[in-house]
Amino acid sequence: MTKPLTDPARSSATSATPTVLPVATRRSEIWSIKRFVTPAVVLVVLVVLYLWLASLSLDSIESRTLNADYIIARVREHLGLSVVASALVAALAIPTGVLLSRTPSRAIKAVVLGAANVGQATPAVGVIILLAIIWQTGYLTALVALVIYSFLPVLRNTMIGLQQVDESVRESAFGMGMTRNQVLLRIELPLAVPVILAGLRTSLVFCVGVATIATFINAGGLGDMIVNGLKLQRYPVLVTGAVLVACIALLIDWIAATAEDVLRPRGT
Amino acid sequence: MPKAPNTALIQISGKTSGALIELNNVTKQYPNQPVAAVENFSMTVQPGELIMFVGPSGCGKTTTMKMINRIIEPTSGSISIDGRDVLSLNPSELRRHIGYVIQQIGLFPHMTIAENIAVVPKLLGWTKEKTSDRVQELLTTVGLEPGDFAHRYPKQLSGGQQQRVGVARALAADPPVMLMDEPFGATDPITREKLQAEFLRLQASLGKTIIFVTHDFDEAVRLGDRIAVLSNRSQIEQFDTPANILTNPANEYVSSFIGRGTAIKRLVLVPVTAAKLGPASAATRTTSFVQTTDSLRDALDALVLTGASALAVRDEENRIVGSINMEAISAVLGVEVPLLARTTEN
Repeated sequence: MTKPLTDPARSSATSATPTVLPVATRRSEIWSIKRFVTPAVVLVVLVVLYLWLASLSLDSIESRTLNADYIIARVREHLGLSVVASALVAALAIPTGVLLSRTPSRAIKAVVLGAANVGQATPAVGVIILLAIIWQTGYLTALVALVIYSFLPVLRNTMIGLQQVDESVRESAFGMGMTRNQVLLRIELPLAVPVILAGLRTSLVFCVGVATIATFINAGGLGDMIVNGLKLQRYPVLVTGAVLVACIALLIDWIAATAEDVLRPRGT
Repeated sequence: MPKAPNTALIQISGKTSGALIELNNVTKQYPNQPVAAVENFSMTVQPGELIMFVGPSGCGKTTTMKMINRIIEPTSGSISIDGRDVLSLNPSELRRHIGYVIQQIGLFPHMTIAENIAVVPKLLGWTKEKTSDRVQELLTTVGLEPGDFAHRYPKQLSGGQQQRVGVARALAADPPVMLMDEPFGATDPITREKLQAEFLRLQASLGKTIIFVTHDFDEAVRLGDRIAVLSNRSQIEQFDTPANILTNPANEYVSSFIGRGTAIKRLVLVPVTAAKLGPASAATRTTSFVQTTDSLRDALDALVLTGASALAVRDEENRIVGSINMEAISAVLGVEVPLLARTTEN
């Protein structure tokens, strides 16, 4: 009742305290203890594997594969195949996604997405062997098969990532006089980065897993160890191959997850 | 004349305060729609005028506004700014010289406040120093401490603060024309009143030509130099000053849109000083008072709230210059609008 009457604008201007939301301490958020669980688990598993192998007396067949040189060569092949395939997927699927999201034609979208869907839905063994039959065996074929197989997650996530950019953000960008390309490069793509990276992460992990079947068309990789171990009934070889693939997949996933958090645009 | 669009742009951009906007028989017909969204809309807006488009949702007021910066392309008709045909200009270039504020604000979440405000200057190729000076200046203008806010991200600001940044961003390149689509619509009533008051102060010093879309008639009365009351297909039912519309609504539609209580709405427009003030001694309560800069509605509000028969009126130096009572307020309405006086008796 006795409150002095003043212009509400003025009175609240003095009392309004700026809402200060906590400025994210990004570094500590990204590098929390939780972040290091995966590498720690992988390390433990590898140590256990090593100790177990060291306790065995290996026969001549086993010792031909269970040595550092052989394993490193296979790991290198495996990683090379997966990483190159994922890089190719990124280089091809992201631009395709951008182009696709900008075509007004539903038909074109349906066809490309359908094709990518077929690529992923077809069993990878089928794709790789069919390709080998109609083309050739070896590294290149395995690479192409992997690209076909892991194309969809990146393509779809690029489209979704661009689509989920707030309509009002897009409108104000255009309203301020940005051209279509400027809106894409300065607004839409940066804001789509987390979603696109999530797609890339899925596709990397796919690749690591599926690269094991490259051995069927003579393209090397850790699949060699798994298949040899099975065929020759040498379980230490089989187990080592399988555990290594699993560890690589986990580590790659971890690296990609970390990259997602580090590369996420600030302020979002 | 292949160079015409370029010179036209320079002509628009050379101005910073106020440009003449003319819309002539502008129509927007969407394909597969039986009726036009906007039909034969014609209007002339004088330089420096603040025009309010008021109407119910879906009446085409926003569509009409968005055709001026070609976010929506008109189907037919012509739009010109300072005599330059807008439709012959490059739309992106054009938009860099028209401030644009929307209800959802649309700040870029991955850019800092400073970067958000610097978008248009950057597009126009300003130097870094000029841009950063301008950013500082604008943040201060809209009441945000540059040192505190420049490096924050939009998410770290309250709704009202974000909307201020939205206004600052639209003002960045000092455009002669501003388009504002319910800019204060999403804020709470207290913040809205505050933003409106700041906006009026800002406009008083800038003198932009502004098209301001709202569905809130009270906001239109408070801010507008002239109000266009629009009905379906963006038909202009009345285009006049707030006082004239309140006093003489052109038709049923306008009256129903204004709603009841026109006398009280009128009071918003009248400063306390317009009333015949009584002697300072008439004010019995010393704790309640109004400022000379307040409106008569504030005075009425205070009278009703305190139940006092008269209130002290203070000037900007807080000196009591007189008192105001109910009779004085009624007298203002009676003198200026005899018709309204009758309505209030009902």
